[in-house]
Amino acid sequence: MVTTATSFGRNGVADWIIQRFTALVLASYTLFWVAFFFITPEINYTIWQELFSQLWMRIFTLLALLSIAAHGWIGLWGVVTDYLTTRMMGSTGLVLRMLVLGIYAIVTIAYLVWGIEILWGAK
Amino acid sequence: MLKVEVYRYNPETDKTPYMKTYEVDTEGKDLMVLDVLEMLKAKDASLSFRRSCREGVCGSDGVNISGKNGLACITPLSSCVKNNKLVLRPLPGLPVIRDLVIDMSQFYAQYRKIEPFLQNDTPAPAIERLQSPEDRAKLDGLYECILCACCSTSCPSFWWNPDKFVGPAGLLQAYRFLADSRDSANEKRLNGLSDPFSVFRCHGIQNCVSVCPKGLNPTRAIGHIRNMLLHSAT
Ligand code: SF4
Ligand code: SF4
Ligand code: FES
Repeated sequence: MVTTATSFGRNGVADWIIQRFTALVLASYTLFWVAFFFITPEINYTIWQELFSQLWMRIFTLLALLSIAAHGWIGLWGVVTDYLTTRMMGSTGLVLRMLVLGIYAIVTIAYLVWGIEILWGAK
Repeated sequence: MLKVEVYRYNPETDKTPYMKTYEVDTEGKDLMVLDVLEMLKAKDASLSFRRSCREGVCGSDGVNISGKNGLACITPLSSCVKNNKLVLRPLPGLPVIRDLVIDMSQFYAQYRKIEPFLQNDTPAPAIERLQSPEDRAKLDGLYECILCACCSTSCPSFWWNPDKFVGPAGLLQAYRFLADSRDSANEKRLNGLSDPFSVFRCHGIQNCVSVCPKGLNPTRAIGHIRNMLLHSAT
């Protein structure tokens, strides 16, 4: 099945687990930032630099970036296989689906590479 | 006089479906929707709808009653008439054959897919396969389904993918056999459900629960199937 081939884990169970796990990562990352801004009276370059010089923070941030990519992919794949189906639109459905997912993939990979460069490239 | 708007479509003569308004004298009685349909049929013999038992047992008269799926024979007017108006449409999401009669092939195809029959390879005992009262109790809330399709045709996930998502009715029955202590085909059954569509298209909106005329809860059954799938995967 063409539509199944593009699902992230190629299996509903894997997709479901990935979706929940990435949601947890993103929720904790968000909570971390809320807490951080809350307890840090003044944020300046030194504090920022110190935070991101720590390995755990870089890994945590990378994990969040990867989670956004995977979470968004599975979510978007779910949406387009609901509304842009071959059953309703014929081959137009497939073309539109590939287009939407293709754009998402390009944008996401670009941000991912950029993010990694920011995290590990800066001195 | 009660105003009744009915979805009409005869593919042989009508280009598009249309709503036709009738007036019915209910003499102030709280009739069932099916009674009103019968009165309309007496007036206008061209109107088509399905019904059989007229007591909520056969599941053939599922229709969309003022926006909510239900069985016409057990839905009293008092529960669905607003501003003296009743609106009747076919169950949504499946092809219309004529008026309120829909083509349920897709619905039955999904039912067939879950293999709704007991499977057990062990040698059959001399008399019967026994089941403890506790195990039998696990089938309550599952076996009562009359396959009226009210649930599946109220489910958006089924509207969009009726060919791939099993739908609440089929999944309730899938769980009915997964939960049966006498059935030994669980592994095969679960394998057939682990793709991203069959079960996982359910997003837990519970439209199915809110319309089931038998008060069953497909969402809960789907949750059980999902847990079984997660267990068998880990
Ligand atoms: S679960 Fe309820 S609504 Fe769905 S087919 Fe069975 S009886 Fe009808
Ligand atoms: S709970 Fe699941 S099966 Fe029921 S209506 Fe919602 S998506 Fe459909
Ligand atoms: S006529 Fe049988 S369920 Fe309504």
